[in-house]
Amino acid sequence: MKTRGALVVGVAVIGLGVLLGGLRVNPYVYFAGYVVLQYVVIATAWNVLGGYAGYVNFGTPAFFALGAYTSIFLIEAFKAPLPVLIVCGGLVAALLGLGIGYLTLRLKGVFFSIATFALSVVLQTLIINWEYVGGAKGYTLIRPPAPFFRSWGVLLFTLMVVLAVVTVLVARTIERSWIGRGLAALRDNEEAAECMGVPTLRLKLFATTLSGFFLGVAGAPFPYYVTYVEPSSAFDLNYAVNALAMPMIGGTTTWLGPVIGAVLLGTAQQVATVTISSELNLLIVGVVLVLFVVLAPEGITGLVRRLRRR
Amino acid sequence: MADALLEIDGVTKRFGGFLALDRVSLQVRAGERLGLIGPNGSGKTTLINCVSGALPTDGGRILFEGRDITRLPAHQRTRLGIVRSFQIPKPFVSMTVLENLGIPLEYAAPPRSHGAAAGALDILKMIGLDAKAHLRPAGLTQIEMRKLELARAMAARPKLLVSDEAMAGLSSAEVDDILAILFRLNEQGITIIMIEHIMRAVMRFSERVVVLDAGNRIAEGTPAEIVRNPAVEKAYLGE
Repeated sequence: MKTRGALVVGVAVIGLGVLLGGLRVNPYVYFAGYVVLQYVVIATAWNVLGGYAGYVNFGTPAFFALGAYTSIFLIEAFKAPLPVLIVCGGLVAALLGLGIGYLTLRLKGVFFSIATFALSVVLQTLIINWEYVGGAKGYTLIRPPAPFFRSWGVLLFTLMVVLAVVTVLVARTIERSWIGRGLAALRDNEEAAECMGVPTLRLKLFATTLSGFFLGVAGAPFPYYVTYVEPSSAFDLNYAVNALAMPMIGGTTTWLGPVIGAVLLGTAQQVATVTISSELNLLIVGVVLVLFVVLAPEGITGLVRRLRRR
Repeated sequence: MADALLEIDGVTKRFGGFLALDRVSLQVRAGERLGLIGPNGSGKTTLINCVSGALPTDGGRILFEGRDITRLPAHQRTRLGIVRSFQIPKPFVSMTVLENLGIPLEYAAPPRSHGAAAGALDILKMIGLDAKAHLRPAGLTQIEMRKLELARAMAARPKLLVSDEAMAGLSSAEVDDILAILFRLNEQGITIIMIEHIMRAVMRFSERVVVLDAGNRIAEGTPAEIVRNPAVEKAYLGE
């Protein structure tokens, strides 16, 4: 599939989203669809660093919540509109990403992961103690009537369709460029990559920054979606686990893997929440992840590739 | 030395309290075949790591083509033309043999007229690995892995190739195979530093041999002079 083909598919997906928004189906569909699409953004963003470069980030909640709380701050301070929130949420999280990029100078493998996890805890503590954005008791957003759309549910759903398409297109472009090939080399062997002329530090900084940007973008509309944000929901462990599990299940080496993983697992979680219990979410993720790590370590895309080669 | 390609000038390297290199100086002429030998732990690989940029030095200077590269990151030294192969092969495991060569061709080699893939195939043919071009490294034998290591280094279009124990663990016929490749590369004008424990190979290959022991340069000369040098004998065998 050439770049133009991908663009056409992207636009078609957005069109489909708008069409679905026009249909007067059960509002819960938009509500659940938003979450699944949000996970497409999160899984794809996580995969730029975790899958392409091989640095496993356990701190997804930190980036997501930073996007959400940047929005809250901008709403409180300037009554900033939604597009501004998304760009700023992304940029602030990108700065944090740049910061953890420098961590990779000293920390590799599991130690990097532990540091990112710790980062999430530290940031949550800071937010809990920051009264301006609601502190521990949380922040309530009173939404004005939805502009352009008949409800906030449809607006946010359509917005997430666009964000998901943009994120996936960016990830795909990177994967197929010289940057993607350099990241793959440093994932395989960082020392050898550097000795073969790959500027490993610069590429790692690029990956952490970009990954952070889109994780922040995913979190920026969150206050509008839930209307009540508290630290424990914005820094939910679910984000850390899902961000890692979805690409692992779909396959980490291509852009398609996180998309498949996020759609499958995200949908399964939404269905389970309604039909069985909302507490079952993490159990599903856990069981599926263990099964995949044991039986298909290269995820669904890897499995398909292996079957085709036979 | 006026025509020195690489000039190592009083390089010192410490690991904590351990002095791994003690003001080592060394010049390599363009087109030369230099052997670097010494007992285990004498500092050969450390010296190479300092030259390639994998380790920062604690003193001294390194010049390449007259330019001070002491503080340059490793990938930039590769682009200048200093390329190394690793003692334990470090292939890019998720890529095919051909794709392995694509990385240095894309990142290190100066841009050329014909396509990268053609360049990579030429190198694989020269090294005798073209039949395995579309295999992943996991499917290679030990000698093929060493050849891939050399082929990948070649793809970076080096002026100076540092071969770090490319032959350890290979059979006698395989050693000859690798030696023939290195001779051919040298004929193409590539300067080669060979680090090796297999004396038969180093002595046959090198025009000049430098001996390190405990971080010091203890001897230098033609292979014939080195085998007769009492200091070298002492370093290897003790009193």
